[in-house]
Amino acid sequence: MEDIRNNPEAEGPNKYVLRLYVAGSSPKSTVAIQRIQQVCETQLAGQYNLEVIDIYKHPKLAQNHQIIAAPTLVRELPEPVRMLVGNLADEDRVLVGLDLKTKLTTDD
Amino acid sequence: MAMRRSAGGASQSRSARHKQLSKCPTGIHGLDEVTQGGLPRGRPTLVAGMAGSGKTLMATEFLVNGATDYNEPGVFMAFEESAEELAANVQSLGWDLKSLIRQRKLIIDQVRINPSEIEETGEYDLEGLFVRLGHHIDKIKAKRVVLDTIEVLFAGFESQSVIRSELQRLFRWLKERGVTAIITGEHGESNLTRHGLEEYVSDCVLALDHRVNAELSTRRLRIVKYRGSAHGTNEYPFMIDQDGFSVLPVTSMGLNHPANTGRISSGIKCLDEMLGGKGYIRGSTVLVSGMAGTGKTSLASAFAAAACKRGEKTLCFTFEESPQQVMHHMKSIGMNLMPMVKKGLLHYHAARPARQGFEQHLVTMHRIIEKVQPKVVIVDPMSSFTGPDSRLDATSFMTRLIDYLKTKGITGLFTSLSYDGEPLESTHAKVSSLMDAWLLLRDVELDGERNRLITIIKARGIGHSKQCREFVLSDKGIDLVDVYLGEGQVLVGTARATAEARSEADRAADMAQVKKAHRTLEVKRQALEAQIASLRAEHELNELHYVNLSDKRKRQLNASRTAQDNRSRLRGGTKKNATRK
Repeated sequence: MEDIRNNPEAEGPNKYVLRLYVAGSSPKSTVAIQRIQQVCETQLAGQYNLEVIDIYKHPKLAQNHQIIAAPTLVRELPEPVRMLVGNLADEDRVLVGLDLKTKLTTDD
Repeated sequence: MAMRRSAGGASQSRSARHKQLSKCPTGIHGLDEVTQGGLPRGRPTLVAGMAGSGKTLMATEFLVNGATDYNEPGVFMAFEESAEELAANVQSLGWDLKSLIRQRKLIIDQVRINPSEIEETGEYDLEGLFVRLGHHIDKIKAKRVVLDTIEVLFAGFESQSVIRSELQRLFRWLKERGVTAIITGEHGESNLTRHGLEEYVSDCVLALDHRVNAELSTRRLRIVKYRGSAHGTNEYPFMIDQDGFSVLPVTSMGLNHPANTGRISSGIKCLDEMLGGKGYIRGSTVLVSGMAGTGKTSLASAFAAAACKRGEKTLCFTFEESPQQVMHHMKSIGMNLMPMVKKGLLHYHAARPARQGFEQHLVTMHRIIEKVQPKVVIVDPMSSFTGPDSRLDATSFMTRLIDYLKTKGITGLFTSLSYDGEPLESTHAKVSSLMDAWLLLRDVELDGERNRLITIIKARGIGHSKQCREFVLSDKGIDLVDVYLGEGQVLVGTARATAEARSEADRAADMAQVKKAHRTLEVKRQALEAQIASLRAEHELNELHYVNLSDKRKRQLNASRTAQDNRSRLRGGTKKNATRK
């Protein structure tokens, strides 16, 4: 099921459009930035577009994109839109959230 | 009082303790009275309640009033509704949220959380929310904030402990920002709110309730806690109507009404006379009770008319008749109320008792009293609410209304319908103790005729008549007539008239009898005298007869003696013979 959504047809840097909203340079934010960069480079090389947004500098964007928690990674594309909340330390969950890995165990 | 309550608040400085806690007026009708000034300024207040209990409306009104009346812009963080929905919901109340937003007096930010979209991947906080809120506050220099309903966060995120600590941080942060905030929370099973928000909001907690009793819904508000401020712990009925949210602001059952000495005419001369010659005491409450058709409304209307004649505004709440009906009926007893209504002195407010709950009625009444500012209030009849089922409940609210009238110095007249089969005097015992004066109207049926009787059962502070009077309604108006007291009974109406006539005739007959007896005696005396005369005459006759008889006898004796002497002398006999004889 998960594979259907992971449409392999769209190629290039717009296949994965990711926005990471961080709160300044807090430890959680720093960890999150490192993590997502690592995932992108190892898993999505050449097919992603990552933007890091500091909500302190762009509060309006935080409102427009319904950001509540920080850090939050928003997967704009591929659809559906998903929000990965947290510092992205749990790699399994990150990969599942990006549809790079199917859920093995059903967690609730 | 404030000091003792806030002693636990370590953050409070010593000098602040002596200052009165600064309050932020909500502008919500009645709520500021109940909280003695409003919500704690610069602090968060939790409003807990079930779905549909009016939390959102209360919060919205808080912001709208702040923006329009107190020059305090506000931010509404809506977790459940969109700005459009919110604006549409309150449009019927005459609030134009969009215009306030254009004037930069209000910001509505919808916080949409879709749990199905969210995956948690590690440590996080709610800085996004803080940033958004902070941004809005800075943008319009907001002084008021609403978070409605923040508990949605608990459903949106997995890590409850993070949400808890973040909420704690949020409330602290709100305090630091110095904004007065309302945080709404859904009513929980065992706690006040589902997620125990009351643990974090320690300054002021209000609970809203929405109960259905006897098919009538009643809304109630309770101040669960208010740190640093005196407050009542009672439940206050409130209502939501076309004017928004309003609380019945009876602060307490305090008994510090000013004692009134002025007097006010009852509108009926004879009744004034019964009441020590001057009528009721101004600012007191009068209960007029009686069965159906005993003239309660007429008595009340007479009182209203008299007040209007003095130029005092009068407000009549009628719950059984329409104002038109009342006025029409009063016209039939020579009372024309229409001109007083036209002059704006007499105000009627008619409502069906079943239309809403008892408390809601009281809130409405309260609101109208505030609007009209009358000197005299008439409730006709208050028994529409009390009914046989829920009298206890109504009594406490009646007390509140009476209390309110008294603090305002308004003279109140309440009529109360007695029901068949109830002991007349005990019917309103519970309420009557609150009343300063109690007039009882009664029907007396005698010889196929009903008549009305009026008695003053009590009149505090007035030396009043203890006698019954007949209460006569005619096209000339209301009159009180002394009843017939005699032969161990009280008579009224025709019976009174006949009894009075009868006793008049009796008196005349008595007089005639006395005269007759007197005459008889006279005759008897005369007869006696005549008898005496005749007896005397007879006696005289007898006497005369005796005298005659004895004379005759003497003469006979003398004659015989002479004859003897003559004979002896003829025979020559001696004197011896003569003496022998």
